[in-house]
Amino acid sequence: MNQPSANDVLRLDGVHTHIAQYHILHGVDFAVPEGRTTMLLGRNGAGKTTTLRTIMGMSPPSSGTITFANERTEKKSTPDIATLGVGYVPESMSVFSDLTVKENLILAAREGALDTQRVEWIFGFFPALKRFWLTRAGSLSGGQKQMLSIARAIVEPRKLLLIDEPTKGLAPAIVVNLIECLSEVRKSGATILLVEQNFRVAEAIGDNVLVMDNGKIIHRGTMSDLANDTPLQERLLGLSLETHQ
Amino acid sequence: MSELAMNEPLPKVARDWIPLLLPVALSLAMIPLIGSPSTWVTLTIASLAMGMMIFIMASGLTLVFGLMDVLNFGHGAFIAVGAYVATLILVPMAGYVQADSLWLNLAALAPAALLSMAVSGALGLVFERVLILPVYGNHLKQILITMGGLIVTEQALYAMWGPERIPLPLPGSLRGSFIFGDIAVAKYRVLAMIVGIVVFGFILLILNRTKIGLLIRAGVENREMVEALGYKIKRLFLGVFMAGSALAGLGGIMWGLYREEVHASMGGDLLVLIFIVIIIGGLGSIGGCFIGAILVAMVANYGGFLIPKLALISNILLMVTILMWRPRGLYPVTNR
Repeated sequence: MNQPSANDVLRLDGVHTHIAQYHILHGVDFAVPEGRTTMLLGRNGAGKTTTLRTIMGMSPPSSGTITFANERTEKKSTPDIATLGVGYVPESMSVFSDLTVKENLILAAREGALDTQRVEWIFGFFPALKRFWLTRAGSLSGGQKQMLSIARAIVEPRKLLLIDEPTKGLAPAIVVNLIECLSEVRKSGATILLVEQNFRVAEAIGDNVLVMDNGKIIHRGTMSDLANDTPLQERLLGLSLETHQ
Repeated sequence: MSELAMNEPLPKVARDWIPLLLPVALSLAMIPLIGSPSTWVTLTIASLAMGMMIFIMASGLTLVFGLMDVLNFGHGAFIAVGAYVATLILVPMAGYVQADSLWLNLAALAPAALLSMAVSGALGLVFERVLILPVYGNHLKQILITMGGLIVTEQALYAMWGPERIPLPLPGSLRGSFIFGDIAVAKYRVLAMIVGIVVFGFILLILNRTKIGLLIRAGVENREMVEALGYKIKRLFLGVFMAGSALAGLGGIMWGLYREEVHASMGGDLLVLIFIVIIIGGLGSIGGCFIGAILVAMVANYGGFLIPKLALISNILLMVTILMWRPRGLYPVTNR
């Protein structure tokens, strides 16, 4: 378990989560330092998505504590956690398909009207959103929906972004551009906790890394250390960089 | 990202016109079967008027189900209460109601409608807080407890007003028909159509032009994500539930005037029809509900005229046919 640090935006201590009769998280402990991108890696079924959902209050923990921005949140509702400054990009993207791109972003702008400067900043990453501004989100391609989903999370400054497998199912060319975007978002000072299966993506944008298995954190360190240690990758993730695309 | 995405063609917006054309096609197909053009016009106007009244009663229920997955079998209570509250105003104001002046009639009808909506909306608040709040996420309990709420409300109406049907005569200026050649169009049906279209337009305006409307549409599609954006959807749902109950109250007074009587079980009697409408339309879809209500009314009126014995099962047949064609209704919004 990490020692508490004043720079930590988010801390999980001994978090257990049950979904129906299933015990998914078995005492998860980790911290996410401010202004850094922390990668959460692990095999399918390790508990990564449940960890993000638990932080968001969608699958509330059965025990343990979650501290976000010095405030305990394990008993708070999802809207209250979001209002504290957490943006969430789910694995399924979950754009509102009946609403236009513009309407999706209007809903995400809780503070009031859309900040046009910020929207232009987002268009810099995702020009397609400008083109499809008045198009129903349901008509967009998978990559465009993913852009919209991320744009929705950053349309207002957030203290923390939780992003779940943003590259899943995307064409390699779009993945390259998504890496570029997430790097830019990180440079703007955002703190990111990012679940990713693609080690190349994790290596490209991660500062720190957490590896999960069977609902527990089994490794924590810097991304560069893990990227340079092939035997460790094989032991933790069952794959090496040579085979993992 | 940019180039790749920018070079992609603009997605074509697939507009689904077929459900919109269904009522038109159905009514045109009836012309040769009915034979007499004047009878066809009368039946079509009657269908549209009846459809609008059913739409007013059903619109709230479809949003309630779409938004929170709540099966409210107590919706009929709001219809009956709305109609009874209207009698509290209209019976003592019989002089205004029976006058031949439209303005005097409206002077009685307007407060009656507003009070009906207010009381039904307030009853909706009580229903949601007391009956539905403890059973979120459990359909079986929702059905049982809301059915219970409907029965309790009906019995309370019986206890207060007795088991007799209470006459609710049409206002003087709304009696009779407009005559165009050999076509007679009942005045009240014209009013019902106008009110229905105004309500439909108002709901569309709210849903498409306000942030609350965006939230409702988004919540119907994915309420968890709406919460993840920081909105308390249960509070929104309460508002929608109350508005839906108020509309049911308005539908109750309109249906009472249409039938020229009110009785405690009128809401329960209409419930099956209302559920057929929201299932046909696609749960959570206001547009689908609008078309579904017109179709149900057309099938009832045309069917009742052509094959009276078929009228009893015509709506079930319509529902079965539509669900075989589109299992999630005409305009599916939710994945349920």
